[in-house]
Amino acid sequence: MKRVAIQADDFDVGGELAALEALGGGGVASFTGVVRGGDGLVALELEHYPAMTQAQVGRIVDEAMGRWPLLGVRVIHRFGRLEPGARIVFVGTASRHRTAALESCAFLIDWLKSDAPFWKKEHFAGGATQWVAARDEDAVKAQGWDS
Amino acid sequence: MAMLSIVYFAWVREAIGRDEEQIERPDPGMTVADLVAMLAARGDGYAEALGDPARLRAAVDQRFVPMDSLIGAAKEVALFPPVTGG
Repeated sequence: MKRVAIQADDFDVGGELAALEALGGGGVASFTGVVRGGDGLVALELEHYPAMTQAQVGRIVDEAMGRWPLLGVRVIHRFGRLEPGARIVFVGTASRHRTAALESCAFLIDWLKSDAPFWKKEHFAGGATQWVAARDEDAVKAQGWDS
Repeated sequence: MAMLSIVYFAWVREAIGRDEEQIERPDPGMTVADLVAMLAARGDGYAEALGDPARLRAAVDQRFVPMDSLIGAAKEVALFPPVTGG
């Protein structure tokens, strides 16, 4: 099972996990990214490159499925305006082997951060805004999977 | 006449003030970096957005590419800051 969704709407983590569990592999790993509040942040606005996003995330998933013996991969990435506490991204992997499930989940989230065409803009109380700068350490983490 | 679409995202889009435009397809020997320099020379928002290529990333026909890549017969070039998804 390989399912990628790029959507504005929220998603049901329990339902996604249940679908991965139903594949029968015995091991499911997941990561959920949530908008972090603080510093007067009122919202994150996620922009993406619609013509490219689905295909690019699909390539990242294919790469993971080539590296680990996976029964299923589910990636959901939201776009649009999201408030603190809102879910942004979900990665779920299912395998017969816990190491494969855990490692591929970490690989996918690292690669989504450095290789999927999304940009985040922070909106603060009072109206100030700021585009989030890419962090070098994120690119280094993704490159760490090269070998 | 063959045309090339250029699309912009994030602060590149905001500084230029538009998300997409069409230009006459440049010489196939032109690289993405050459295109960026040509656009930056328009001044104003273009210079602000594209004046420092080290801050930019690019995709040609929806594939990430290095700045020294040839545009060739591509239909779409995208210019944007480093991505911050996940």
